[in-house]
Amino acid sequence: MAALAEEQTEVAVKLEPEGPPTLLPPQAGDSAGEGSGGTTNNGPNGGGGNVAASSSAGGDGGTPKPTVAVSASAPAGAAPVPAAAPEAGAPHDRQTLLAVLQFLRQSNLREAEEALRREARLLEEAVAGSGAPGEVDSAGAEAASALLSRVTASAPGPAAPDPPGTGASGATAVSGSASGPAAPGKVGSVAVEDQPDVSAVLSAYNQQGDPTMYEEYYSGLKHFIECSLDCHRAELSQLFYPLFVHMYLELVYNQHENEAKSFFEKFHGDQECYYQDDLRVLSSLTKKEHMKGNETMLDFRTSKFVLRISRDSYQLLKRHLQEKQNNQIWNIVQEHLYIDIFDGMPRSKQQIDAMVGSLAGEAKREANKSKVFFGLLKEPEIEVPLDDEDEEGENEEGKPKKKKPKKDSIGSKSKKQDPNAPPQNRIPLPELKDSDKLDKIMNMKETTKRVRLGPDCLPSICFYTFLNAYQGLTAVDVTDDSSLIAGGFADSTVRVWSVTPKKLRSVKQASDLSLIDKESDDVLERIMDEKTASELKILYGHSGPVYGASFSPDRNYLLSSSEDGTVRLWSLQTFTCLVGYKGHNYPVWDTQFSPYGYYFVSGGHDRVARLWATDHYQPLRIFAGHLADVNCTRFHPNSNYVATGSADRTVRLWDVLNGNCVRIFTGHKGPIHSLTFSPNGRFLATGATDGRVLLWDIGHGLMVGELKGHTDTVCSLRFSRDGEILASGSMDNTVRLWDAIKAFEDLETDDFTTATGHINLPENSQELLLGTYMTKSTPVVHLHFTRRNLVLAAGAYSPQ
Amino acid sequence: MAEEKKLKLSNTVLPSESMKVVAESMGIAQIQEETCQLLTDEVSYRIKEIAQDALKFMHMGKRQKLTTSDIDYALKLKNVEPLYGFHAQEFIPFRFASGGGRELYFYEEKEVDLSDIINTPLPRVPLDVCLKAHWLSIEGCQPAIPENPPPAPKEQQKAEATEPLKSAKPGQEEDGPLKGKGQGAAAADSKGKEKKAPPLLEGGPLRLKPRSIHELSVEQQLYYKEITEACVGSCEAKRAEALQSIATDPGLYQMLPRFSTFISEGVRVNVVQNNLALLIYLMRMVKALMDNPTLYLEKYVHELIPAVMTCIVSRQLCLRPDVDNHWALRDFAARLVAQICKHFSTTTNNIQSRITKTFTKSWVDEKTPWTTRYGSIAGLAELGHDVIKTLILPRLQQEGERIRSVLDGPVLSNIDRIGADHVQSLLLKHCAPVLAKLRPPPDNQDAYRAEFGSLGPLLCSHVVKARAQAALQAQQVNRTTLTITQPRPTLTLSQAPQPGPRTPGLLKVPGSITLPVQTLVSARAAAPPQPSPPPTKFIVMSSSSSAPSTQQVLSLSTSAPGSGCTTTSPVTTTVPSVQPIVKLVSTATTAPASTAPSGPGSVQKYIVVSLPSTGEGKGGPASHPSPVPPPTSSPSPLSSSALCGGKQEAGDSPPPAPGTPKANGSQPPSSSSPQPAP
Repeated sequence: MAALAEEQTEVAVKLEPEGPPTLLPPQAGDSAGEGSGGTTNNGPNGGGGNVAASSSAGGDGGTPKPTVAVSASAPAGAAPVPAAAPEAGAPHDRQTLLAVLQFLRQSNLREAEEALRREARLLEEAVAGSGAPGEVDSAGAEAASALLSRVTASAPGPAAPDPPGTGASGATAVSGSASGPAAPGKVGSVAVEDQPDVSAVLSAYNQQGDPTMYEEYYSGLKHFIECSLDCHRAELSQLFYPLFVHMYLELVYNQHENEAKSFFEKFHGDQECYYQDDLRVLSSLTKKEHMKGNETMLDFRTSKFVLRISRDSYQLLKRHLQEKQNNQIWNIVQEHLYIDIFDGMPRSKQQIDAMVGSLAGEAKREANKSKVFFGLLKEPEIEVPLDDEDEEGENEEGKPKKKKPKKDSIGSKSKKQDPNAPPQNRIPLPELKDSDKLDKIMNMKETTKRVRLGPDCLPSICFYTFLNAYQGLTAVDVTDDSSLIAGGFADSTVRVWSVTPKKLRSVKQASDLSLIDKESDDVLERIMDEKTASELKILYGHSGPVYGASFSPDRNYLLSSSEDGTVRLWSLQTFTCLVGYKGHNYPVWDTQFSPYGYYFVSGGHDRVARLWATDHYQPLRIFAGHLADVNCTRFHPNSNYVATGSADRTVRLWDVLNGNCVRIFTGHKGPIHSLTFSPNGRFLATGATDGRVLLWDIGHGLMVGELKGHTDTVCSLRFSRDGEILASGSMDNTVRLWDAIKAFEDLETDDFTTATGHINLPENSQELLLGTYMTKSTPVVHLHFTRRNLVLAAGAYSPQ
Repeated sequence: MAEEKKLKLSNTVLPSESMKVVAESMGIAQIQEETCQLLTDEVSYRIKEIAQDALKFMHMGKRQKLTTSDIDYALKLKNVEPLYGFHAQEFIPFRFASGGGRELYFYEEKEVDLSDIINTPLPRVPLDVCLKAHWLSIEGCQPAIPENPPPAPKEQQKAEATEPLKSAKPGQEEDGPLKGKGQGAAAADSKGKEKKAPPLLEGGPLRLKPRSIHELSVEQQLYYKEITEACVGSCEAKRAEALQSIATDPGLYQMLPRFSTFISEGVRVNVVQNNLALLIYLMRMVKALMDNPTLYLEKYVHELIPAVMTCIVSRQLCLRPDVDNHWALRDFAARLVAQICKHFSTTTNNIQSRITKTFTKSWVDEKTPWTTRYGSIAGLAELGHDVIKTLILPRLQQEGERIRSVLDGPVLSNIDRIGADHVQSLLLKHCAPVLAKLRPPPDNQDAYRAEFGSLGPLLCSHVVKARAQAALQAQQVNRTTLTITQPRPTLTLSQAPQPGPRTPGLLKVPGSITLPVQTLVSARAAAPPQPSPPPTKFIVMSSSSSAPSTQQVLSLSTSAPGSGCTTTSPVTTTVPSVQPIVKLVSTATTAPASTAPSGPGSVQKYIVVSLPSTGEGKGGPASHPSPVPPPTSSPSPLSSSALCGGKQEAGDSPPPAPGTPKANGSQPPSSSSPQPAP
């Protein structure tokens, strides 16, 4: 298992051997393990039958312990069966493996086959189950015996005096996967004939009962849940959606088209409204052939839907299913769902609703347990030149005094090492250049003039409207000092405007540069070509809409990501393209520079986010795990983490150091389109197409707030420089300001909440909303706080 | 409901006939039904898949509308060759045809004559992207500038007027604007109050609506003063600017009560003093108020109607009734009343019927002087063909006698004579087109005399003329052109002939200006419709003070026929060569150009106003969709951009160089300017 996983990650992550020593050493993250959500728990999806058998055998012991063992995702190697999860990677890896096995068998290379099989352990069942019917005999029998022995091994000793129900279920499962000639196997064998490896992917759906019974099963369960006690009903209702989906897919897979249709029509109305988008995809999927290329389907297949249910509710459910001998549903629960059982009170409907909605259910509790260094890095000490101080002092007597304490506060903040901060050199960061230091000084000066915002002192908003943007404005970025604005357009251009009187100039031609006196003081000024001065520079190079743009902190570079699958690095000195980073082969939806420069992150349709360094043409890290497009990517202020928001309705936080996914936030009901970290690094705000903004506590891994008010996609989010105000801009043509201090004021971060992850969100959106500002049919694409806390908003006027 | 929708979704598949049609088009004649069914299932699924991917591109492109390029990208994602060059301008370009028991949607691909394309003048180069900054909010308060949406949208004004209780509820949507409005209205000093107010009010579920504030902020007072002074002052240029501001500025509704009082009081005083000029100015203010799309005027109609009516039917409007052209004022006001009727008349307030009654009463009265008589008839005539038919035509004979008795009889007073003369021409003007429509063609002098008495012969000749004109027009419409004929002096020009750089107001438009019909039609659709009988005036008026713009208008008349002649198909481009911004101010819309042939004798005329050309890179406001108001108003000190109480220092210029709001905190003002120093 371990070997296999290693191999997979090596395939997934390209190593970059020749990095300079200061660089983050490229490293194979075990992100692939995170990738398929439900892999570290109880067994592979492919060997469906045996998992069902094993865990039912374990679970039926009546004692809770075996169940805990199943659900608690023991570390690799600790528990024999559950940990042996070979199909950690993407499904195609497995496909490949199966194909190889098949080939070996066909060419009579028994030994090699055995060896490989030993490596891959459980895969043999899948192969057997899916193999051509003729061949099954021996291998199938082998598999069955192996499986049976494992079942007994996994059930601790004779602790499971099988009740008749489970015995039956185990038996059916085994016969379904191994022997095949039974009634359920019929259809499966028909389907399998030609393409064994593809069917292996889908083999999880191979075994099935009478298609006409599905509706009965489902409505029986529905009736049971609706009649259960109120406190359990809400929890058990979570089962509806995943069961519905998997039952439907089973019907479709087994080519019961009409039954599938009627099943869908009968029950899809019961599902929660936030699953509508997925249901729409499902509804169009009516044939087995469709399932092959459908990504949504693959998501359901490869990842387990995670449910969090209290022990009482779970016991209730289990008892019911056993009484009814409802094996069909029980199998699905075992194979496709991951039930995270907790002790204590069942959660309320509100608590559940707050957390569900993502493509693959909630995040597992332990997914959010690892430590995150969310503190800020220590700022390098920079001596503010004395003459500047004097200048300030001359201006006004009171100023220096005021300034001193403030500066001290800033200084003290940075001097005292934040206990939550990562070690200073956890991620190698580029050294500060002189120009950076100058900029820092400028920043500090501006900081002293910063407006203290609050509910009584709202910021002014200056709106930059892009007029005549017929071609469509798709991305905007503003430099940190608010001197430049970049716009990415659907016509593949990137345009850079200067919004200060200082015009944009490019560097002179090489021949002219050689004439310059390099010793002169104003050499930096002299290298610029006055003739090229203009307010606007257009950068041509992409061949598709530009969906992301990001300035480097030092304003020398601009990144843009586009539909054409590339991320381009532009020089703002010469206004030419320097590098095209190819890696995403599909549209790249977003890109962003690290707050310290040098690194940048990109995310796209290929469902992964990549970490790059500007001087490497290949990514340093690949953050894989999202089940749908990565729509937006943001760096943590300390540059050690990257947050990604995805169309699978989850937000993930990745560790740059090792590529691990350290947080999974679920709760959004639509694809996530905007992300922002609070300036202190503790909180994350995310906005989605559902118009809601959610606030997260990174340290505790908890949702801490919900801001309702927008009526359309939230495209842009930004905290004020001191984190007092959160500004959100939306497709509904409004900018809204929220009281961030109040939102984070009384957090429920007691141990209980932290431990259980049960959150009670206050319904205080209206109190937190400080202002709503309508624009004239201009969606707000970007928001920015200047160093003095003036809001800059940008968007393209779109006549209705 | 949602279920319904989804049910439909799950069931939508292409009809299998489509597959047959496609197969046939590819040369496969016989295709089995079963195959078709399989194909439709597959194709429907693939199409849905692509559409769902395309949606992704729409979302990432930050748009609300799916475009053809989204589909292209989705196809590309699936490694399918995109459909190059398939770019529908607006709608899906499918046509529908049925026949032979088959229904068919097809894509119409016209054969294009290359020479047509070559000869078509090039469309204007689209304007380039540009950035424009404005203040969306200044310390939490949204300034009422044209770049921002109106602080209180019309619906809200209406809601406040009609359902005061409902709008008093603490609606979350309204909260923002209300807050902003409150601050904008109550000047700077109220800021503190405002800040404290919400928590207090939010305390309980009962929230009293802050009654509409009747104090204007200092800026608003200043604005009001400037505007009213400019409107009735002597400087025509300033007046034009002021009227423009009234007609377009979004933040005026708080001043509406003042304006309406100003107008009604002004009319009252000036009627007594017979100050024709001022009355005209006031009427133009009414017009401007009516033109402002952001104002909810219903509440003030009761003040405005009497004022306007006075200007129509008053016995005397000027000091020298024999010389001054008060008739034009009556005509103008009559048109205004018609417009008011059209906009505000409902079954509950019965404005139209009440107005009609008033006019009729004063007309039938024997002792009514000729001036009032003229006004009443004009007012009625403007209300439309039906009113003319039912109320004016039956009285033609009687009125004809009266006119004859004055015109032919002993000269009693010159004034009466003039009055009778005007009434006569008015009646002829309005009735002829109606009659031309009503009566069958052979126009017999005697028949007319028998029916309409002494006016008969004149009427007959006018009807004949009207018919001829209609026929001519119909012909010209067929050639996709419109004729502008018979220019007449406008109010502006007759009242305030402007010396100096102003162009001679009336351009004698020679013969026929041919304008591509599409331009006119589309523009007319946008213009506020106004019920006026067909032979209205179409006045080409240039309010621009620059000579070039005149030139443009003239060149339009000279260069246009060329293009008009060469092409017989509708010219899709705009008017060739340099084009002034042509705006149809008031148009007769009873018969759109295309249906003009059906109404023979109707002569349509247009007022073409050319605004001063912008000269800026941002281009003409008429054609390009920027939120920038016509530039005349924005740089003007009169624009109400400073309405945000006390926040903006007086004299600051509004955006594009956004003024400096009061410094955020204690820093110098420049620090919070949107172009912060790096």
